[in-house]
Amino acid sequence: MGDNALILGQRLSEWCGHGPILEQDIALTNISLDLIGQARLWLSLAGQVEGQGRDEDRLAFFRDASEFRHLNLCEQPNGHWGTTILRQFLFDAFHLPLLEQLCKVENEQISGIALKSVKEVRYHLRWSSEWVIRLGDGTPESHLKMEEALRDVWPYAGEALQPNSLDEQLEIHAAPYNLNQVSELWWSTVQNVFSQANLEAPARTWAPQKGREGIHTERLGFILAEMQFLPRAYPDAQW
Amino acid sequence: MNAKNWPLFEVFIRSKNGLSHKHVGSLHAADPAMALENARDVYCRRNEGVSIWVVPSDSITASDPGDAEELYEPAKDKIYRHPTFYSIPDEIGHM
Repeated sequence: MGDNALILGQRLSEWCGHGPILEQDIALTNISLDLIGQARLWLSLAGQVEGQGRDEDRLAFFRDASEFRHLNLCEQPNGHWGTTILRQFLFDAFHLPLLEQLCKVENEQISGIALKSVKEVRYHLRWSSEWVIRLGDGTPESHLKMEEALRDVWPYAGEALQPNSLDEQLEIHAAPYNLNQVSELWWSTVQNVFSQANLEAPARTWAPQKGREGIHTERLGFILAEMQFLPRAYPDAQW
Repeated sequence: MNAKNWPLFEVFIRSKNGLSHKHVGSLHAADPAMALENARDVYCRRNEGVSIWVVPSDSITASDPGDAEELYEPAKDKIYRHPTFYSIPDEIGHM
């Protein structure tokens, strides 16, 4: 959860100052900051549970690519506005039902972070859904660009829905966590928004991705180089 | 759709329940729904409000600053219109 939020938040921050109009530049930066805020909470908790004295910054800035556990969708490049929107939508549509489940787990630290994040993510999904509809059902050019974005981003969407050994553990120990239900909700959101956007969802065949096991695309190295440079070059730097 | 063609909206925010909406600025958006979201993103980042209104700027009829003399000057010397000559009973409290 923390790495998803961190890497996608970092990606979105690349738009800062480059948005198509000021209002949307701020909208995207807000989402980026929401995600980075969530990443701080999750990574602090992770460091605490690990118990080896690593805090949020240590985990964010001093791990190498293979130690990151986010979905490879999150690290895919921003592309054009439509690509960023679609990547965001496909993530939000997964992120929201997942957080809604985590709000109900017994562990109060997890449910606490989820309860705070879910309000932010509900808005993210509303925002990205509306943009998918606007662009998909917009001009011939915007529709074409959304189809292009679909080709680029869609293959990465499925990783979120494919269970690994961690999901099995969670389903046993962290009821009501159930990835199948998340997956069904994701699919119904996607179908609903795509039908309004005049977009056709491709078949649900996914490129095999193992981001959650630390196997990432070549994109991640570039993100880390930028994100981690300063704390690594000046380890004692203070904000 | 070109950003240059997006219409302008005026944004009004109610900072808390019981107060009235107050003009905070303007923004560009393709339609009212987007204007509302843009207003949330641009003007409510620091806990500013509990309610937003957006109004197409061209729906607002404004007074002409050049008319200030005839519109506002005449009221200046009519201080008896201010209710400062009345004493308010203590029970009323703040008005």
